[in-house]
Amino acid sequence: MNFEFSEEQNLLREQAHGFLGEHCPMTKVRAVLDGDQPTDRELWAKIAEMGWTATVIPEEFGGLGLSYLELAVIAEELGRAVAPTPFSSSVYLATEALLLAGSTAQKERWLPNLANGTTIGAFAMAEGPGRTTAANLTAAAHNGALHGTKVAVADGDVADIAVVVTKADSGDGASLQLVELGGDGVSINPQRTLDFSRSHARLEFTGAAAEPLGPSGQGWALVNKLFDRAAVLFAWEQIGGAEAALEMAKEYALGRYAFGRPIASYQAIKHKLAHAYVNNTLARSNGYYGAWALSKDAAELPLAAATARVSATQAYYYASKENIQTHGGMGYTWEFDCQFHYRRAKLLSVNIGSETQWRNKLVQALEQSNAA
Amino acid sequence: MDFNDTPAEATFREEARAWLRGNVPTATELEGLDPIGQAKLWQKRKYDSGWACIRWPKEYGGRGATTIEQVIWNQEEAKHPNLPGAVFSIGQGMAAPTLMAWAKEEHRRRYLPKLASGEEIWCQLFSEPAGGSDLAALRTRAERDGDEWVLNGQKIWTSGAHYSDYGIIVVRTDPTVPKHKGLSYFFLNMKSPGVETKPIKQLSGDANFNEVYFTDVRIPDDQRLGEVGQGWQVSLTTLMNERAAIGGGSAGGDFKALLRLAQTVTIDDRPAIENPAVRAKLANWHCKRSGLKYTGYRSLSALSRGETPGPENSIGKLVAAPMTQDIASFAMDLMEMSGAVWDEGYSPDAGLFQAMFMAIPGFRIAGGTDEIMANIIAERVLGLPQEPRLDKGIPFNEVPTGAG
Repeated sequence: MNFEFSEEQNLLREQAHGFLGEHCPMTKVRAVLDGDQPTDRELWAKIAEMGWTATVIPEEFGGLGLSYLELAVIAEELGRAVAPTPFSSSVYLATEALLLAGSTAQKERWLPNLANGTTIGAFAMAEGPGRTTAANLTAAAHNGALHGTKVAVADGDVADIAVVVTKADSGDGASLQLVELGGDGVSINPQRTLDFSRSHARLEFTGAAAEPLGPSGQGWALVNKLFDRAAVLFAWEQIGGAEAALEMAKEYALGRYAFGRPIASYQAIKHKLAHAYVNNTLARSNGYYGAWALSKDAAELPLAAATARVSATQAYYYASKENIQTHGGMGYTWEFDCQFHYRRAKLLSVNIGSETQWRNKLVQALEQSNAA
Repeated sequence: MDFNDTPAEATFREEARAWLRGNVPTATELEGLDPIGQAKLWQKRKYDSGWACIRWPKEYGGRGATTIEQVIWNQEEAKHPNLPGAVFSIGQGMAAPTLMAWAKEEHRRRYLPKLASGEEIWCQLFSEPAGGSDLAALRTRAERDGDEWVLNGQKIWTSGAHYSDYGIIVVRTDPTVPKHKGLSYFFLNMKSPGVETKPIKQLSGDANFNEVYFTDVRIPDDQRLGEVGQGWQVSLTTLMNERAAIGGGSAGGDFKALLRLAQTVTIDDRPAIENPAVRAKLANWHCKRSGLKYTGYRSLSALSRGETPGPENSIGKLVAAPMTQDIASFAMDLMEMSGAVWDEGYSPDAGLFQAMFMAIPGFRIAGGTDEIMANIIAERVLGLPQEPRLDKGIPFNEVPTGAG
């Protein structure tokens, strides 16, 4: 049994931890939260220099050709640091979509720049509140001209390209389109978000130039595949965040005295934090399974990904809200850092579909594995 | 990252498999024996071929195997579902490690091989009516009389006391010092005069535990483990092994049965599993079950590398026991009015969920309550401080005791 990260991967984790400690301390997160810039471009450039954006991209397209285990390790550390960057949009979604569905020409055109960070990608799907389905999509491309509106596009105002889910008249009812956001017929309007360190935008397309990504009418199947893959990486960011939130709560509880003793000595607090530890441990172990399935492209990926995603969403939500609760009134202030995790936990939990949606996917996968 | 055995582990697994294939007792061999007789037959057969308690040193009846080999053996043995029950688990899992750590060599050589061979069965006499979560508040007295100790008092929740040959026991030898300091640890012959065992009828109607009464029971001082007054320290050896043994259980079969049930019964004329509320619960439980499974795999990986697993395994019982209770309760909801019927011939899965519902309150308490387990995680894993204790430093006989 060798169900663990390798020594090299653990070294990478330490290196990433050290790097983010130096270049992405909480003051950096706060600077983006307080300021009027949508992201930290300087940090992004440094992350790209480290090669993190290139992790799983094959060497022939300018990447490092490493495995998803390495990417999971990086995701965990980015989550722990609550990094204010478009990493998840660009790497787990846009890059993955190209790897999954791109033609050789598209890969040659975009992957090297996604790998070196000079191009930032986003993923555009939702058109309004509620669950997007192939049936309720309205944005559509005809003869290379895209019309329609996408909302809540994570990092849509910092991205250079977007993978857009559009309506198709055939097949499963959806197609993917690749759109350059700097071109004509694209209007980008930032939307105020829950997590100011991760901007979102409304993208309006009026005849924007779009090229199909993957076969027309297979877009919905591609979205599902893409989300299964991204779910594992999102889960690792959530796991990192959940652990950081628990750590923050623990440190505060040890130092804060009430009624003559540390609040960490009260069972009400101890059991709360023990519960967070249990959630985090379950989420981490499910994350291992998800990372394994992703790295091997295993048939169990849909079940493993949904399990990791649900588990991590629950763990981060619990740890982030109970971290504020453990801090008491000070936890609710702008001055304290508890808000970062509370904001980020919710943002990540809806970015690629809600917990409700993923629980449903999980049971679908269970039904299929039971039927098989 | 993979799930594969190392070459050495694979060889060992094949060896274990082959032996099991040729030696698992047949139904005919077991016919006519009571459950204890059946268990003894299987244990002796393993012992004679060197497959009993394999992690123990050879001189004590084991095989000198590694921990990962023990796990592999357990996995392979568990693939044979109808093997006789585990009446030896307390003796082999808790008494033996304590004897190995604290008994003198002569005693180890006398008692351990017979524990391994199943010839002698041991029980554990720790809890008392006044000492549960606060185990060290126990009151059973032992007073010294020459080379012997004279025991008076009562133990409770003792599994298998009525068929055990020996027991490990912690008692109060000095009530005038603070509670942890006045305890001593012994083993005793359960057939000694003055030992009386009474079954406890549980709320499930079964009787798996006993009360054990001691009236002027004499134990040779020679059977003391550790120094006089060192009983708490010796107990911790036993308790750590208890938690390892109980926490290692899996929560698998009940979930699969629940999934089957949800596919079989209907809600508003559609299979229950199509109902979103049902799906949400199934997903949540699957996440916990899967999380426990892969937490176990992580620990195994550490063992496989020859390292000690981290503290993550301490969550097992705390997650599994309440979840099993919720699963059982929900399964009966799915049966609607029929949920109230507990009839092996009528109820789905022969009444598995009803039986689980009635058994599980005990699991949430045995071997450390949910609350104690959460304290252990908070204190030993997260490093949070203990609650202040009002009995600290006070002689045991001056500690307030309430009604009972």
